[in-house]
Amino acid sequence: MNLVDPKIAAETLQDRYAVRDSAPWHWRDVVLRWEVILVVLLAATIIVNTIVSPYFLDVFNLADATFNFSEKAIIALGMALLILVREIDLSVAAIVALASMAIGYAAEAGFGPGALFAVGIGVGLLCGVFNGFLVTWFRLPSIVVTIGTMSLFRGLTQVILGDQAKTKYPQEYLDLGQSYFIKMTETGMPGIVVPPVPLSFLIFLVLAVLFGIVLHKTATGRRLFATGSNPVAARFSGVPVDRLRLCLFILSGVLSGLAAALLTARLGSMRSNIAVGWELDIVTMVILGGVSISGGVGSILGVFLAVLVLGLVTFGMSLNNIPGQVVSVYIGALLILVIAIPRLIDKLRVR
Amino acid sequence: MRRFLNAREAILALILIVGVAAIGIYQPVFVEWENISDLLTETSVLFMMALAQMTVILTRGIDLSVAANLALSGFIAALVSQYYPDVPLVLMILAGMATGLLLGLINGTLIAFLGIPPIVVTLGTLAVYRGMIIILAGGDQVNASEMSDSFQAFPKIVLLGLTTPVWIAIVVSLLFYVFLNFTRAGRNLYAVGGNPVAARYCGISQGKQELLAYAISGTVAGLCGYLWVSRYGVAYSEIANGYELTVIAACVIGGVSIGGGIGSVAGTLLGALFLGIVMTALPVLQISPFWQMAISGTVILAAVIINARAERRPDKLILPEARRLGRDTRQLRAARA
Repeated sequence: MNLVDPKIAAETLQDRYAVRDSAPWHWRDVVLRWEVILVVLLAATIIVNTIVSPYFLDVFNLADATFNFSEKAIIALGMALLILVREIDLSVAAIVALASMAIGYAAEAGFGPGALFAVGIGVGLLCGVFNGFLVTWFRLPSIVVTIGTMSLFRGLTQVILGDQAKTKYPQEYLDLGQSYFIKMTETGMPGIVVPPVPLSFLIFLVLAVLFGIVLHKTATGRRLFATGSNPVAARFSGVPVDRLRLCLFILSGVLSGLAAALLTARLGSMRSNIAVGWELDIVTMVILGGVSISGGVGSILGVFLAVLVLGLVTFGMSLNNIPGQVVSVYIGALLILVIAIPRLIDKLRVR
Repeated sequence: MRRFLNAREAILALILIVGVAAIGIYQPVFVEWENISDLLTETSVLFMMALAQMTVILTRGIDLSVAANLALSGFIAALVSQYYPDVPLVLMILAGMATGLLLGLINGTLIAFLGIPPIVVTLGTLAVYRGMIIILAGGDQVNASEMSDSFQAFPKIVLLGLTTPVWIAIVVSLLFYVFLNFTRAGRNLYAVGGNPVAARYCGISQGKQELLAYAISGTVAGLCGYLWVSRYGVAYSEIANGYELTVIAACVIGGVSIGGGIGSVAGTLLGALFLGIVMTALPVLQISPFWQMAISGTVILAAVIINARAERRPDKLILPEARRLGRDTRQLRAARA
């Protein structure tokens, strides 16, 4: 029979100054994780939408819903890494416009689908290099630089295109953007089917997995977290901070170019105002995904969940004929509430 | 440092004068008083919005919701004029300003007391404020025919060759100048942005200063909302869409540092004037208006590169004596070596 509680005995035996490998396990750490909040939010979105509209839980409707956010979501992955290292790229939507215009001209010149994607990605790459060069070489704050390049890139699109529209694209290219890449097929087993998946969503899924592995399982990912937490300390520890930043801006440009190729194929036409205002939607996705604007905190899973939450909220509301700007009220309020409520609880608890 | 800042503003002013003179030689219409008066009227809102944005940026913040705030406040002012046309004009303008103040206080509260980053808060409220117009109006708009006569006539009154919006901008600029340079609260804004830790040790509350900055930003946006709506004679949800970035661009061109603590009224006014001139000069020079964005983008980049070179100095000394001391020490060291 033990007279002393074994837990207390163990604690008294331990050295007071011992450093533990990790913080003691507590249920609150698990339940109050950002991703868990997002999963609850996602579940709530799905349940409410299913109750409100009978058309929500339909394989084809859901597949079509992904068309509307996949391109933004692809760019959001790159933006997440940038915000993680305390940078931001507000020029993404303008890069989409410039790349889309280049695709339009290339299509008129008779290029095939593969070449059109290459053109889009190439233009995005150049824009990314330009942004990254300005930020790292001149040591300028990225928010100002990318506000400038946003005007510049979209301005160039306007200068070259004027009030024209590009509408001639090869059919195979349009098919890539407008049809399902994976067709719905029966698997033979009752009730289990392969759902239809558009190309853009498939690319987003693949990239999300890839980004998740790189960020959370590789040394490069740890370097990004180190840079975001404390760039100076990271630099002193041998992390090539500026090179990483440059690469991330290039990556952001490349992803924007890819998104431009997908968007242009889906729309089948482009004007100079294509993708206007996307930068704010994309930043919203990333911030709702739990990436801290002050750097060093965030996960790809969080961004992935936030993309789904935002996409399904928008889709559900449009099923109920709620106009786009009203939807954005809810999304803006959601963004603030989701971030404000944990802080408010913290504040009250401290008091 | 101070002399240097002044010199930078002098350079910007010189570029503007040379530019205007060059355009004037090519197209004499541009420098006629009527055109200059138009240009100032057209830019008056930008002058005030840029000064308000500067106040926020000084505290290391940013207010992306200003354009949405302008649209919502202007819409409220227009609604007052539509449903209570007999109310004195002052009250209509005050309704717009009060709305702006309220919206600014919402931003300020979330930022100052919950510690949420300004860019996150104002990104969210940007969508909320603009969407509120749709919800309030049910997708409708207030047209010129529905606004009262005095509401629309006020910005068209000409006093001593300048329209009322220009006079308002002049008065507001003077107020900003006095406030930022000669009042304790104004100086505290610089202190909080320049070095938050030092400011805290001096007993300056960062939260209060931030709240003040966003309240000012909101109130000015409210005033500008009335001016915008009454001048263009329509109030709906798309007014001034994306204007927040033009406002920030004016600040950047004017030498306001996005890192906080640096910026002057004169510089910001010149930055706004620069954008105003670019916008009005293009049609006069018969250049396609499509060039406007590309030009302002280039100018923003050029300005920020030049400003960064000026800011990146090894020693950021406040007192000229200290710099002299440093120079003497260096000379002494050189002499010894």
